[in-house]
Parts: sequence; structure tokens; C-alpha cells
Amino acid sequence: MPSTINRSKTKTPMPAQDPKKRSKNFGEVALGYTQEDAINEARRCLNCKKPTCMQGCPVQVQIPQFIKHIAQQNFQKAINTIKQTNSLPAICGRVCPQEEQCEQKCILTKMGDPVAIGRLERFAADWEREQGIKTPEQTPSVGKKVAIIGSGPAGLTCAGDLAKIGYEVTVFEAFHDPGGVLIYGIPEFRLPKQIVKQEVDFIKQLGAKVKTNMVMGKILTIDDLFKKGYDAIFIGTGAGLPKFMNIPGENHLGVYSANEFLTRINLMKAYNFPETDTPVKVGKKVAVIGGGNVAMDSARCALRMGAEEVYIIYRRSEQEMPARKEEAEHAKEEGIIFNFLTNPTRIIGDENGWVKGIECIKMQLGEPDASGRRRPVPIEGSEYILDMDTVVIAIGTGPNPLLPKATSGLQLNKYGYIDTDENGKTSKEGVWAGGDIVTGSATVILAMGAGKKAAQSIHEYLQNK
Amino acid sequence: MFQILDKQDLAPSIKQFVIDAPLVAQKAQPGQFIILRIKEGGERIPLTIADYDAKQGTVTVVFQEVGKTTLELGTLKTGDYLADFVGPLGEGVKFKNHKKVLGIGGGLGVAPLYPKLKILHQQGAYVESIIGAKTADLLIMEQQIKAVSNKTHICTDDGTKGRHGFVTVVLKELLEQGEKYDEIIIIGPPILMKIAAEITKPYGIPTMVSLNPIMVDGTGMCGGCRVTVGGETKFACVDGPAFDGHKVDFDELMKRLQTYKTEETTALHKHKGGNCKCHQQ
Repeated sequence: MPSTINRSKTKTPMPAQDPKKRSKNFGEVALGYTQEDAINEARRCLNCKKPTCMQGCPVQVQIPQFIKHIAQQNFQKAINTIKQTNSLPAICGRVCPQEEQCEQKCILTKMGDPVAIGRLERFAADWEREQGIKTPEQTPSVGKKVAIIGSGPAGLTCAGDLAKIGYEVTVFEAFHDPGGVLIYGIPEFRLPKQIVKQEVDFIKQLGAKVKTNMVMGKILTIDDLFKKGYDAIFIGTGAGLPKFMNIPGENHLGVYSANEFLTRINLMKAYNFPETDTPVKVGKKVAVIGGGNVAMDSARCALRMGAEEVYIIYRRSEQEMPARKEEAEHAKEEGIIFNFLTNPTRIIGDENGWVKGIECIKMQLGEPDASGRRRPVPIEGSEYILDMDTVVIAIGTGPNPLLPKATSGLQLNKYGYIDTDENGKTSKEGVWAGGDIVTGSATVILAMGAGKKAAQSIHEYLQNK
Repeated sequence: MFQILDKQDLAPSIKQFVIDAPLVAQKAQPGQFIILRIKEGGERIPLTIADYDAKQGTVTVVFQEVGKTTLELGTLKTGDYLADFVGPLGEGVKFKNHKKVLGIGGGLGVAPLYPKLKILHQQGAYVESIIGAKTADLLIMEQQIKAVSNKTHICTDDGTKGRHGFVTVVLKELLEQGEKYDEIIIIGPPILMKIAAEITKPYGIPTMVSLNPIMVDGTGMCGGCRVTVGGETKFACVDGPAFDGHKVDFDELMKRLQTYKTEETTALHKHKGGNCKCHQQ
């Protein structure tokens, strides 16, 4: 029906909370498409015979098909289509970097904006949730047990896929709530925790068990799990070890790793202190070091916790910034101040050890480095001091050695990440791994893709065992 | 949920719980700790393991009521449940062929000292101990410590029991008398550990301390518990909590422990103004 095609060159705008208002609350920033918005946007899709968008999706969602269902107002069919390959659509629709994946490959990018695939995915998932998600039927057990270590996106995806086949799946989580980075890292205003809870509940309804408070490697080792009768194990423990800069003054009071800052706020709900018991210190002036999504999240959290001035301090220029454009835009709208080409050289404390300032040096871009981005070089003698009350270091994370250290026969690479083949199989018999613990810090969807591949590979292995 | 199988008042404001946690009990080693949360919305607090019994499936913790969470914890009774109980965390301590050791416990530090002395005693070492408290009422676990020690010295700051003075006074005397130890273990408030480590240093005796900085996850994820040891930043939760007492930057540790002083007071006032049972008595 060519008459129904929407020939607009731009995406249907996403309704959002006003920047001034939202910078004071933890409510969701992007409010989601209305049915009318969604149908309107879905009609921009050309329904290509050879859909290039799907090549950009790590979990192979049948994109044109689900969009067609939305255009035809058949929302139930749309979500069913998505859920065939993606067990966490409400999450992906919110936090996937679609601009680097499906949407980047959309044919419409040749003429203007791509179809807003992410927003449509979110719409379908939210629509289903509003209707009340139907309890899925459990597949009868095939009589084999699989342990999943870590309940982040990789673990949950792997668990969901294996439970659907009929494996007896148990997910082990170190924290008191499941969800991994979806719970402790990504803030409420980008990904409401209620949604994560519902996605976890869905995986439980598929038959997976979730055990919290289980620090694997300490309470049980991988070999203990095999002794307890598990036939295969998937490790999805993420990259949870915070990196510091190794500059003087990093242990001053009021200096946080982004992990700690975000965990206090998101998992421990410090924004409700003293109704909840865990506090966080956010001064009037806050500096966040780094230019990734975690830095944006930290800066925007600081603002919502009542900071008056929040700075992003990033050593390269805006162009090289690894954060999603949308997140950086949102941060700017909310009033975050960006100091590009600036690198901290030391953190200055007062007589009681509290942060009072941060010394920075100006940078310029030199020759491209290994990452292909131009290397920032300090400009000699350009040091200056910014007064600060709180400093959050968001320069990345590394692999947590806790579980690998307690596991014999698990091969790691020189950085401490787990070595696997293309299907996530490790050097240890019956053990798979995927997500950030293999690749280093990446995205939710890549971790999900890895969980999915591993689930398939585990299934093949257990069928032949 | 983790059940409190037994509750004992060891001293005014110091309480002991025996918790039903079979998996933790099976893996626990001296020097390790657990993190608990009373209920939804509660704080995660680290407590060093005071004893464990793999056969019974129990872990013993001792705490002092000082802030909101510990006061609330103190209101729980035998048969009540904790929402979360995570462990065993941190590195267990291992002793190799010690012939003679000295264990020093100050205040609540006597509790985590006990499992270390117990294992040393089981390994056949000659165990000497110095335990102390502000006043006689606050001295805890005297019988247990004596049961695993060949010789025990008792001190109180106010002289109500044993020697009048700090544990460090006895430590100094023993060293001045020429006593030799393969290792000295000191656990107590940071200021005590700092002073005691300074006393042992000139004698070149290996000195172990156990640190209890502010933590969130206890698995190396947040870095909130970072301490400077020998000029390097360490995470007490995964690299410790036991460290070489001669290398720890105690001044930094003591400063960092003050981070949430204001918030702790806020929470405490709110708690006391509320309807908690502990203040109705």
C-alpha cells in the first residue's frame, strides 16, 4: 500500500521531559512514542527486500517484519516478532546504540534520518507491558542443568534462550538484586528499574531460577558447580573493576569511581536518603572525568542529586567522545558543562582530606593512535585549577579477577579478559563466557548477542553429551 | 533470607549473631568478612567473621551499635531473618609454621582476632594475646580468647579490669622485655592499629592488621574501600582486609572513614526520632 508510506526525511520526534524539569528528578527522560507516533514512524519503513538493517543487529531481530506489524496496528504481532530473538526488548529499545547498529544500516540514511527502529522496539515492548505481559509457557525439562554466572544482559539472554529450550537454568548474582549493570550502572532516568525487574521476571517465568547474594569464586567455584551436577556453565560477570587515573589525590574524600557513584545512586537508591540507608556525597561543583556513556550518566545523576555546576572533563575533543550522541545532547540540554581537550593532573584536598579542586592541563590533538583517534597531547605550562567539591572518575573499567582467579584451567588474555572462540567457548571444558568479561566494556546489545551465541553453542554441546 | 539462629548480648551495645548460612560457612577462612543487609532499602554493611562452623552451617558475627543500621540490627531477635548475607569475602589469612605469635584485640577487634588465634592454636603455635576495652563491661569474648591462648593479658582504659591502660602499653613492655614473635596480629580501631604497628616496627616483627573501611559491594567493583599500602592503592575488599601493618597509610584510612559523618548523624537522628523498639525500653 504505497499510499500509506510516510515520506518524511526526519524521525518522528521522541516526546521527552523538559530539560529544566527533568534535571531535578529521576523520572525517565524519553517518554516513548504514542500509538499515533509509532504508526507514523513505522510507515517510513520501505520494507526492503534485502533488509540491511538486520545486518546491524547483534541478535537478528526481524526488523522490517515487526515494523510492518506496527504500521498495520498489530502491536501484539510486532512484539511477538521481536521476542523471537530478543528477550529484553524494553531494555534494548532504550539503551542500544541503534545509530551504530541497525539504524546506521537503514537505507533511508542515504536521504535523511533512518527509521527510528529503537524507538519502535521500545514502543512495542512498552505496549505489551501496558497490556500485562502474558505468562509464557514453560518448556518441559530436558533434564540437564546449566549455571549462568552474572545476571547482566549477557547472562539474562543466555538464561532465557536456554530456559526456552528446556534446560534447568540457575542464574547466580553477586548483588542482592539481579540485572547487573542494568541495575547498578544505568540510571533510572534512562532505564527504569521496574522494567529491568519485569524482564528478569519474564526470564524466571520461562523457568530460570535466580539466586542473589552469590559471589561466585568465593561461595562456590566453577568446579563446585560441576560437582553439584551442572552440565555447562556460562560466565557473564562483566567488566566491573574500576580504573583510576593514578594521579595524586585520588584517595581524597569526595573522589568516587563512577562504579561507586552510580551504584550508590542506582542500586542503593541514595537519591531517597535518608528514607533509604545508603548516602552519597554530591557537592555544589562536580567534575566527571571521561567522555563515555558512564561519564554522561554520572554527570546527569550528579545534577539530579542537587549539584549546581557539573563538568565533564574529557581529554580529547567532542568528535572523539565515545558517548552516544543522544546522551551527550541530553546532557547538554540539562546544562552539563563540557571541558574538552582537558586532562586532570592532580586532585587537591583541604586539611581534612576533602576535595577542593582539580588541577587540569590543556591538551591538543596530535597524530592518530592505535584506536584511530587523534592522540591528545598536553600543552606544556597550560595547567590551571578548577574548584570542585566532588570528583567522579569515569575513564573505564577492567575485568574483575575474582572469579578467573578462583578457576583452574581458564585461559585469560594479557589484560585479564577470558579467552573464547567465536561461540563463547572457553579453554575449560563445559565453560562458556560472553559479554564484557570477554570483550572489555562494550554495549548491552553486544553482551546479549554473546549470551545468545553461547546459548546456541551450549545447546549443541549438551545435545551431543 | 538468612535466619538468626542465636543472639547474645556480649556487652552493652555489643551483640553477637549466629547466622544460618551453610554455603558461606563451608568456605569461610579466618580473616574473611561478610556483607549483610537487614531489609529492602537497607545499607550493605561489612562485618568480619568472628567464627564459623561448616558442620552446623553457621557463621558468627559480632557488631557494636554505633549507627542507624547497627542499632536496627541490634533490635533483631533469635529467629528473625536478614534479607541478605553475602560471603565469604576478602582473602583468608594463611599462617605458615608459626611457633610463637602475639594477638592484640582492641574493643570490637577482639571478635575478628578470635578465628585467627583459633587456627594458630590448632596449628600448634604458642599463642599469646592482649585484649582490651574501654571498660570491663565492654570487654568481649574473654573466655574464647583464653581458650585458644597460652597466655592472655587483659587491659581496660579505666582500670576496671586487668591492667589499667591501653593494650599498646603491654605490647611495649613485652617487646622491651625481649619477647620474640614470628608475627603480631593487631585488630581494633585504626588509631590503635596505627600506634601498635609503630611500636612493633623497630623490632622488625611482621605485623598484620585487618582493615574495615567503607564498602558497598565487597567484590572489587566500587573501589570505595581503597587504602594506600606501601604507596600503592589497594582495595581492602579483595586485596585484604588483612595487610602488612607497617605499610598501611592509617591517616588516610581514618580520614576516609569520616566521609559520611554528616549523613550518619542524619540517619541516626531520624532513626531515634522514629518508632524503633530499641529506644522505647
